[in-house]
Amino acid sequence: MTQVIKTVGVCGAGGTMGAGIAIVAARAGFETVSYDLKQETLERAASQTAGFFGKSVERGKMSGVERDTVLARMSTTTDLGALAGCDLVIEAVFEELGIKQQLFRDLNGVCAEHTILASNTSTLSITEIASACGREDRVVGMHFCLPAQLMKLIEMSPGMNTSQQTFDTAWAFAEQAGQTPVKTQDKPGFILNALLVPFNNDVIRAVEAGVATPADIDAAIKTALGYKMGPCELLDLIGLDTQLRLCEAFYPVTLDVRSSAPPLLRRMVAAGHLGRKSGRGFFTYENKAMFGG
Amino acid sequence: MKYSIVKIGDSRSFADGDAFITGAVKEANVVIYLGAFLSPGSHQVDETKQAILIELDTECLGVHTGESAGEEGGNVIGFARYRNGDDPPADLVELVRQPHTAQSVIDAAREVFEGAGLQVVVSADQAGRIIDRLVRPKYNAALRFLDEGLASAKDMDLTCRLGLGYPDGPIERVERGDLARHYDITQSLFETYGTPGFAPARRAIVAHERKRRGKED
Repeated sequence: MTQVIKTVGVCGAGGTMGAGIAIVAARAGFETVSYDLKQETLERAASQTAGFFGKSVERGKMSGVERDTVLARMSTTTDLGALAGCDLVIEAVFEELGIKQQLFRDLNGVCAEHTILASNTSTLSITEIASACGREDRVVGMHFCLPAQLMKLIEMSPGMNTSQQTFDTAWAFAEQAGQTPVKTQDKPGFILNALLVPFNNDVIRAVEAGVATPADIDAAIKTALGYKMGPCELLDLIGLDTQLRLCEAFYPVTLDVRSSAPPLLRRMVAAGHLGRKSGRGFFTYENKAMFGG
Repeated sequence: MKYSIVKIGDSRSFADGDAFITGAVKEANVVIYLGAFLSPGSHQVDETKQAILIELDTECLGVHTGESAGEEGGNVIGFARYRNGDDPPADLVELVRQPHTAQSVIDAAREVFEGAGLQVVVSADQAGRIIDRLVRPKYNAALRFLDEGLASAKDMDLTCRLGLGYPDGPIERVERGDLARHYDITQSLFETYGTPGFAPARRAIVAHERKRRGKED
């Protein structure tokens, strides 16, 4: 049996992921309350959201009336107490266990008894995030993919204490929101990052071992496997510093050597070669356009 | 660029009758040994040729040429057209160079294959070259996750298609490419590198055992 979800709260809605999740919920007809610590980040996200829906109208994906109706369902707040009436609150705050645990404890204090708390974590344990929040049975993992408003996939993970009703309700919400949920165990990286993070490290090690140039590795992977983007290009997009953070989150938990940070990755981050964001990673970028390896 | 072909055995890169094979001439400065992996070292050493191209399977080029304390590399270059099991060959050719392979040899090989409309990349003579070195540990991990119950095969494949935009997922791909073949490749990689990621996954070991006992699925 599932609960009825009418109102959805999103914590960290001033960020890229949170704003995307809010779009997904509002577009599907749910009243959506966007929460963040700073009003200016919420205003920036609201402006980007209006721009996104504006483009949807231009492209004929929705009418102007529909856009206005969706935007009218969306509100913003810097007051956590404003999430009290939500049936489901999805957090997309900074990827740090202590921050997420504290947020869930605070939400437990303000939300209704039936409110389900969902975490968009990509690396942390749902069970650990839920621990000691006071409603461990009503916590579930819902990992959206970037950009959430375009990507259909959600990795759904029950924690050790998650009730079946909670999981089923969150799953039903995902489907109602037009997403494609897949079920995974509560393990580091779930499916996506558990496969991708070590693979990306293998790529970095291959570059370091002189197997091939980043350009040739990307060309090989795209041609042989049909990937849209080569792994070096993807790492530059993700950010080498982000990859390092992922390694540092995974390796101590899994002790899988493939998840440990390759020496070249550490050197690139120390040198400021972070990828697109710094203008140089495996490739160099000028005016945001990639021009060579 | 003109090239001649010597057929040692059946090629994994080009089927009989392929335009690349029919486009060969009788005598040329570039000589391609198809199916050379079936008989390592069987090519004719001829330093007057611009380039001698040896078709590889999973073995290193050094198996054919011999090695010399990092000084190896003459006019012989390895190549393999990537192929997942019995899928049609992809448009990728991995050229395999040795430390002292001349650039002119690489350029000649590149010209021959690019002339056939193929994408050419250059790899050092290391086990697994680019593709197998990178994808086989991922397939092993996916097979292990399946055993451990992380998710169903269908959901793992769907996740990779939807979340990463891959045309297929790791389980469907490795199974289509033949788990016993995956065993052969990963066993060879594991012998070389010795790291756990290359060790054949349990399901690959099972497939290998069944094949060995004549009980192919």
